[in-house]
Amino acid sequence: MTDNKQNVTSVDNIAVRFTGDSGDGMQLAGNIFSTISATVGNDISTFPDYPADIRAPQGSLTGVSGFQVHIGAEKVLTPGDKCDVLIAMNPAALKTQYKFCTSRSIIIVDTDSFKENDLKKAEFQTNDPFEEMGIKNEVIAAPITSMCVEALKDSGLDFKSSVRCKNMFALGLVCWLFDRNVPYAEEMLRQKFAKKPEIAEANIKVLNAGYDYGHNTHASATTYRIESANATKQKGVFMDINGNKATAYGLIAAAEKAGLKLYLGSYPITPATDVLHELSKHKSLGVTTVQCEDEIAGCASAVGAAFGGALACTSTSGPGICLKSEAMNLAVIMELPIVVLDVQRGGPATGLPTKSEQTDLLQVLFGRNGESPMPVLAAASPTDCFDMAYMACKIALEHMTPVVLMTDAYVANGSAAWKLPKLEEYPAIKPPYVTPDMKGSWAPYQRNADGVRYWAVPGTEGFTHILGGLEKDSKTGAISTNPENHNLMTHLRQEKIDKIQVPDVEVLGDKDDAELLIVGFGGTYGHLHAAMNEMKASGKKVALAHFKYINPLPKNTAEVLKKYKKVVVAEQNLGQFAGWLRMKVDNFVPFQFNEVKGQPFAVADLVKAFTEIYNK
Amino acid sequence: MENITYEAKDFKKGQPRWCPGCGDHFFLASLQKAMAEIGVAPHNTAVISGIGCSSRLPHYMATYGMNTIHGRAAAIATGCKIANPKLTVWQISGDGDGLAIGGNHFIHANRRNIDLNMILLNNRIYGLTKGQYSPTSPRGFVSKSSPYGTVEDPFRPAELCFGARGHFFARAVATDAAGTVEILKAAQAHKGASVCEILQNCVIFNDGTHASVYKPEERKKNAIYLKHGQPMIFGENNEFGLVQDGFNLKVVKIGENGITEKDILVHDAHCEDNTLQLKLALMEGPDFPIALGVIRDVEAPTYNDAVEAQIAEVSEKKKYHNFQELLMTNDTWEVK
Repeated sequence: MTDNKQNVTSVDNIAVRFTGDSGDGMQLAGNIFSTISATVGNDISTFPDYPADIRAPQGSLTGVSGFQVHIGAEKVLTPGDKCDVLIAMNPAALKTQYKFCTSRSIIIVDTDSFKENDLKKAEFQTNDPFEEMGIKNEVIAAPITSMCVEALKDSGLDFKSSVRCKNMFALGLVCWLFDRNVPYAEEMLRQKFAKKPEIAEANIKVLNAGYDYGHNTHASATTYRIESANATKQKGVFMDINGNKATAYGLIAAAEKAGLKLYLGSYPITPATDVLHELSKHKSLGVTTVQCEDEIAGCASAVGAAFGGALACTSTSGPGICLKSEAMNLAVIMELPIVVLDVQRGGPATGLPTKSEQTDLLQVLFGRNGESPMPVLAAASPTDCFDMAYMACKIALEHMTPVVLMTDAYVANGSAAWKLPKLEEYPAIKPPYVTPDMKGSWAPYQRNADGVRYWAVPGTEGFTHILGGLEKDSKTGAISTNPENHNLMTHLRQEKIDKIQVPDVEVLGDKDDAELLIVGFGGTYGHLHAAMNEMKASGKKVALAHFKYINPLPKNTAEVLKKYKKVVVAEQNLGQFAGWLRMKVDNFVPFQFNEVKGQPFAVADLVKAFTEIYNK
Repeated sequence: MENITYEAKDFKKGQPRWCPGCGDHFFLASLQKAMAEIGVAPHNTAVISGIGCSSRLPHYMATYGMNTIHGRAAAIATGCKIANPKLTVWQISGDGDGLAIGGNHFIHANRRNIDLNMILLNNRIYGLTKGQYSPTSPRGFVSKSSPYGTVEDPFRPAELCFGARGHFFARAVATDAAGTVEILKAAQAHKGASVCEILQNCVIFNDGTHASVYKPEERKKNAIYLKHGQPMIFGENNEFGLVQDGFNLKVVKIGENGITEKDILVHDAHCEDNTLQLKLALMEGPDFPIALGVIRDVEAPTYNDAVEAQIAEVSEKKKYHNFQELLMTNDTWEVK
């Protein structure tokens, strides 16, 4: 940090946490803040932390929703363990969210909503919540609601609509604090409320009032500037995208590349529903979404759609996987391509619907009767969901198999700046269709060099056939209970999956001389990477091998895992990935870091735990 | 319809392995005959079943087919039809497959009105698992899993179909080839979910379950063939008819008490209101004849057509039609 100007401090990165009632518009304020920061070349990572209740009583402790934005001059890997600024729109927000503050965090509160009644709702005992909680931070106490209403007194807006703009006052204040570009935020509001220009203008007015308030009253002793690192800056056109949307886009892109209709059979379930929402919008791309009667039908109809010749998908979370397992297994034995999306949440059973875990790994690998091998992929970040969804489709279609794509509530809802991809740069998708010369000699379980059976889509003359859940003769495709044939088919199905080519796992950090290798999979990438960076910064020799291809594992897995003195497998479950690796790599005995809190890892906790292992 | 004409043998494959005398044999032959008369090519036809004795049927069809998992045939057929709407899709289920484990999919396929020909082969027993009562077995039915008789009431398939807002319901007896072929062709002609209940015997575990209508001479006495626009007359010598008596139906003898043919109800399968159709479908012996033929056949928008129409309509309105154009519908920024 350098003071290049009086009262303006340059910082590498800042995390801002917008919190209030679910209806306070904190997510919109946070989104605009992250996007205007990204526009000037900062990297961004966001994460919403919303309650399970749809509309908890106003001002209550259970109704607080939060939205954290992390902005940095260089690569930002996580939304941040803690925040530098906490905006608490009511006492309940202050009470529940203060835990994300450090002693240096600035707290912004709306004094208009800190009245006796509001304090009571948040179960404060006294009239001074700061004293009561022992808060000694810098507090910017502004009458946000009344100033918002004052700013709009001539706008013709009714009181209720005026109050709804108070999130923009808070945003304006934060824009002042961090020297953000207000005109760009204005432009975003005009786009967002294109159909209601009077609402757009009201929001803009309040936004500016918030900015001016900060400026005129010198609300904080110091303001901050986040430089953008020109040297490492990625150039191009970007957008802000969360994991669920990126997943939906990946499916759309793959269908277009493969020249197939995209079919989604789904049933609403938190935190996966946004994929259904997103895909159901895009009818102009020919996307067909069916909201089915249950999870079972979601997957079963996808199997039917795959038979019918579509790129068929089904989306769900862990509890839905339980129900889909049956139809997923049918797709295994019928060797039809479907993509099953599992946006993991806390379990078991209904568990923690809005929270994040990695506890479905063994379920998707093994949770079916019989020998039922299935490729499993896991996305590492919100933007990586696009690439992994695309690859899941490619593998499914080219290898005629169901594929599970695992994400989790954290990557699904978290967002980051995403450089718009160019579809022509993505690999071709070529399903193994039957060709006219096969007519007459073809049988349903005839295989190509990769052990993959050919796809004969109904409507194609000369290739009528039957598939089914009963074991089939490897040659004729007729029902068979022959013991040798069953043994053969079981092996053929396994070999087909084992033959799938996946990229080697990359080792980051001190790949030649690390004392400790950190191993993880899926959505923990950002936190593990940040932990590695911190340890390296303190002079330790550390590397990271983060897996996105879980089944089959990359060819270099054993080599990487055996190369380092110490290995720690860190995951948000009780050791499922460590167990899977031990099953696949002889004599592999790693350290483990397991935490199941429903929250993303805290980088500080990881560093502490890994350092202990490092020093052992 | 294609220009090529087909024969039943064009749809035949393999040697059925059902028990001798099983109703499935009769139905299979009727289905193949109906398909030939319908004239859709085998490669444009998909026959999708669940699990159970009758669900083996696709194995004996020279069409595209799937013999899937227990209860899910309707859901799988739904996906197949929506993904490939040009296909003619037949769903084959027994009473267990269709109404017990698959009950949810059965009602929702009817509600959505997917253009499927849904065949319900009803022998009121689980055959493949060797003789347990099914959701259509009558109260008190003695089976291996109900040695002292069941203590539950059965579903009446028509009632379930109508309750799910089904638009087509027909019934035939497996041994009655002409009656079966007729309703299968009507099901195909109907756009939307068409439920055909086939009454069939299980010679091993539930012999005689439909005895009152299984043989032609019994059928003459105990069944009525309903035809749209025709009076509801039945009996060995067409001497009986149905009339309305308050909110109920009543059997009358033509020529007695001044009743003439003009007093007899005329069947209206196309009537949107299903009240009378339901009354007909629920008739049981010995006081009433069992209704056969097309009982309800009402035109309504199909789900699959509506999906396609919506795609066409939205495509017309929206300005993005490929992935690259989709990307540009978002708020973007350029870093130079």
